[in-house]
Amino acid sequence: MSEITLTDNNFEQEVVEASKTMPVLTDFWASWCPPCRAMSPIIEELAKEYDGKIKVGKYNVEEGTVVAEKLGVQSIPAFFIYKNGVVIDSWVGAMSKEEVAKKIEKALL
Amino acid sequence: MEQLIIIGSGPAGYTAAIYAARAELKPLMFCGDEVGGQLITTTEVENFPGFPDGILGPDLMAAMRKQAEKFGTRVVEKKVTAVDFKSSPKKVTVGDEVFEAKSIIVATGASARRLNLPGEAKYYGKGLSACATCDGFFFKNKNLFVVGGGDAALEEAIFLTKFASEVTVLVRTDVLRASKIMQERAEANPKIKFMFNASIVGYVGDDKIVGARVKNNATNEEKDIPIDGIFIAIGHDPNTKIFEGQLALEKNYIKPVGFVGTEIPGVYVAGDVADWRYRQAISAAGTGCMAALEAEKFLAGNE
Repeated sequence: MSEITLTDNNFEQEVVEASKTMPVLTDFWASWCPPCRAMSPIIEELAKEYDGKIKVGKYNVEEGTVVAEKLGVQSIPAFFIYKNGVVIDSWVGAMSKEEVAKKIEKALL
Repeated sequence: MEQLIIIGSGPAGYTAAIYAARAELKPLMFCGDEVGGQLITTTEVENFPGFPDGILGPDLMAAMRKQAEKFGTRVVEKKVTAVDFKSSPKKVTVGDEVFEAKSIIVATGASARRLNLPGEAKYYGKGLSACATCDGFFFKNKNLFVVGGGDAALEEAIFLTKFASEVTVLVRTDVLRASKIMQERAEANPKIKFMFNASIVGYVGDDKIVGARVKNNATNEEKDIPIDGIFIAIGHDPNTKIFEGQLALEKNYIKPVGFVGTEIPGVYVAGDVADWRYRQAISAAGTGCMAALEAEKFLAGNE
């Protein structure tokens, strides 16, 4: 499955609720953020490689504000992994594909 | 055994890879933590020849990688954890794997310097940032500190005034190191203030930054100043930790022998890791080219 677009309106259902059946990796990004652009193909590849195991959603901080503020996002790219309705892992900044994969593997345990 | 291992994935590493791959050396590249190097966190690159309209840093690096891979470079997104250049063949350790090679190009570059104050890691993303381009947006109508006195610091400060209500530049000494043109631009900006002889010695805040402990370097007085965000722009450090005891270092930079050689035959160095003076993408690419040509010559002579 490819990544889905997250908004303030669908976040609760697509992330928080959905994470009760499958972990969800969320990517908070913006077009003007260079490391976000660097991460974007990595996240896209991982979404394909872990198809059926995790769900991946992208939240554009220029379009949404409520969820980003609630999570205290002050730096992007910012990533949150949800499982069973709660955040189980989060980090900011660019990271190698291998390291992100490790975090996904951990969330799948 | 490998003909050539390239350590690092910035302009120096990729240029070396393009040349070496075209010379059919089938180079193996280890990218390190910051895949694509420092340009990954920059926006527009306006001084790289061939791009009259500028090019985004990540796009330039993606193109270089594609070009290196096109000619047969194997790019591995892993970090080298130790090296042994004194053995024969030379050894490169990546986690629990050891690779052997006849020749090596060191192009590990430099990374943004951090203040390394207690508890610093937890504040990144919580009011502390090393990327104004990325994070300025989150500080609309806020008061900010920019730490640093060079061109990069002033560039960040000017950029941040697009969002912030006030930006105070903290300069460690009593003078700016920045170029005259940048100083003039910053001084002309009504939202920018300067605080000289000032260093941050601690962060204030439980789960995010609400202030900073600032030391006056002239009087040694310290006081807590409320602030919404802190942006760090205090320069770069070369990534040479794994080469200590292997290659000669000078002020933490690798000290080249000749243009791109080292004291060990078959080990070459390129880019910012050996360049405290110029530190440009194009000069890094240039030395990457030289290092690959030297490695090629070395390998031909050893057959």
